[in-house]
Amino acid sequence: MGKTLAEKIWAEHVVRAADGEPDLVYIDLHLIHEVTSAQAFDGLRLTGRQVRRPDLTIATEDHNVPTQNIDQPIADPVSKLQVDTLRANCAEFGIRCHSLGDKDQGVVHVVGPQLGLTQPGMTIVCGDSHTSTHGAFGSLAFGIGTSEVEHVLATQTLPLLRPKTMAINIEGELKPGVTSKDIILAIIAKIGTGGGQGYVIEYRGSAIRALSMESRMTVCNMSIEAGARAGLIAPDQTTFDFIKGKPHAPEDFDSAVAYWKTLFTDSDAVFDVEVNIDAHILEPFVTWGTNPGQGASLSSNAPNPADIHDEEARGAAERALVYMGLEAGTPLKNIAIDTVFLGSCTNGRIEDLRAAADVIKGKKIASTLRMLVVPGSARVRLEAEAEGLDKVFIDAGAEWRNAGCSMCLGMNPDQLAVGERAASTSNRNFEGRQGKGGRTHLVSPLVAAATALRGTLSSPADL
Amino acid sequence: MEKFISHTGTAVPLRRSNVDTDQIIPAVYLKRVTRSGFEDGLFAAWRSDPEFVLNQTAYKAGTVLVAGADFGTGSSREHAVWALQNYGFKAVISSRFADIFRGNSLKGGLLTVIINQSDVEALWLAIEADPTTKVCVDLESRTVSYNNVVLPFDIDDYTRWRLMEGLDDIGLTVKHVDSITEFEKSRTAHKPATLPIRI
Repeated sequence: MGKTLAEKIWAEHVVRAADGEPDLVYIDLHLIHEVTSAQAFDGLRLTGRQVRRPDLTIATEDHNVPTQNIDQPIADPVSKLQVDTLRANCAEFGIRCHSLGDKDQGVVHVVGPQLGLTQPGMTIVCGDSHTSTHGAFGSLAFGIGTSEVEHVLATQTLPLLRPKTMAINIEGELKPGVTSKDIILAIIAKIGTGGGQGYVIEYRGSAIRALSMESRMTVCNMSIEAGARAGLIAPDQTTFDFIKGKPHAPEDFDSAVAYWKTLFTDSDAVFDVEVNIDAHILEPFVTWGTNPGQGASLSSNAPNPADIHDEEARGAAERALVYMGLEAGTPLKNIAIDTVFLGSCTNGRIEDLRAAADVIKGKKIASTLRMLVVPGSARVRLEAEAEGLDKVFIDAGAEWRNAGCSMCLGMNPDQLAVGERAASTSNRNFEGRQGKGGRTHLVSPLVAAATALRGTLSSPADL
Repeated sequence: MEKFISHTGTAVPLRRSNVDTDQIIPAVYLKRVTRSGFEDGLFAAWRSDPEFVLNQTAYKAGTVLVAGADFGTGSSREHAVWALQNYGFKAVISSRFADIFRGNSLKGGLLTVIINQSDVEALWLAIEADPTTKVCVDLESRTVSYNNVVLPFDIDDYTRWRLMEGLDDIGLTVKHVDSITEFEKSRTAHKPATLPIRI
């Protein structure tokens, strides 16, 4: 029997296997940021251990950094301490660190790919659950906790139980205005926030193959929202073309490509589970509730909990509607929005900014809302400015910010107020995620842009 | 790490499913650079509600959290485990845990126990009927017991052994450093390195 792509990558990284023990798996790239690493470095100091492979490790500042006035010291003293601690740890242990103000600073999952450090067939980890993003290149990439960060720093390996495999086949063509964000939101609504637990998901099918690398990253990024630690896509010419010319692309590119071309699921391999989705029936998709599985087509209504058969799901829907301040049955397009957030590791790449700018160009955002545009990295910001996208957003009345995680998790000053309602291109609509008492609807960049113009949840087709 | 063999204490019923790590500890509480002091952020948004279960006198001394399905979804923040431990919890019982949270909890010695949802419901009823009900989570026999009920649970042999011995993973892996060195010799040349920096 053949192997799935995930099984092939796993097998190539097993350092040691023993009966009744987890496999010891080698890690090719370790990404670090300020929030989940401090305690790991402390652990190294306490035990007198070193960082085994600083040359396979890279750090940047993203989670808590401000997106305004970045040339001044960080105003929040606790955030400043966390960032200073990262800088000191990187200096002590010889780790490359891209700090605020550096052109390679940014959201860690945008930085890795843009430097060409994310390549097919690798194992990649980071103390952040959205590490699954890097799976878009055909690598096995997943989020880890701080104890595991320390483990990787010390040994460049992790003891791991072999995951099961799930195929999600998305065949057919997407309708105009439907994006990769709509694909992944529809998948999560279908399989649930726990549907992928214990699995690595491989996204397959003609609709996936037709996506750009940026769009593939959006899909893989939210694998964790379906409960899967990792999601990946087999590399192809689109992948190779993206990597070519990046700073850390392989010097012997042809031999790398020859290897990358072996990275696919064998035709006789068997997945533990398969899920099929028709691309052509998908529509722009938004969330109405407080977990990413509580979503629906933008053209539909908020659900009536009485119609939900499962008792647990019904209770969760009732609580979610109360928190979100929505009446059962409200048409989603009638929901008025206070803040539009365009950014994050899900949708803060150049393609996302271009798509939104295309919708907004020459128009003004609604007077009833504010719009924050936060590029995923300093490089994305520079690229966008070279194309004049900053002017498009500023002329429309939006705020053009510096790179960081920003309002996706509201750890820096970019937060929602109590009761404030956002249309957000980020990945989590949990209670209070974007600020205590804030309400979040997850949307694609196209829906974010159209919503900014109309003031209510909208797609470009509504303009 | 402290050994975990068995723990007996009173329990707290958290009747919610999909309790994500942003609920367990919101991001604004993640700014400490230590492993302690996170108890103030535990369920911070819900604790402002006087009716919230942790604010009820009867459950103040609880050390076993009994939660709805899909506990610990979302962010990989290990601070969620630290917040529960700093507050005083020794074990969490649910019918389903998110993968990363479960991994983090078992690394840090917070025992996460999976039992059927119907058994969770029965346990909720028992501890709501009598908050002084003692719940015993026994890793040696792999059982949860209260009143006259004994529920077996699964945990892999390796993790059970590691927790019962109080061993940390890094110490165990370091014993295989020769295998790691040997493996590194076989890595292909075109794999990227972060150093030297290329721009």
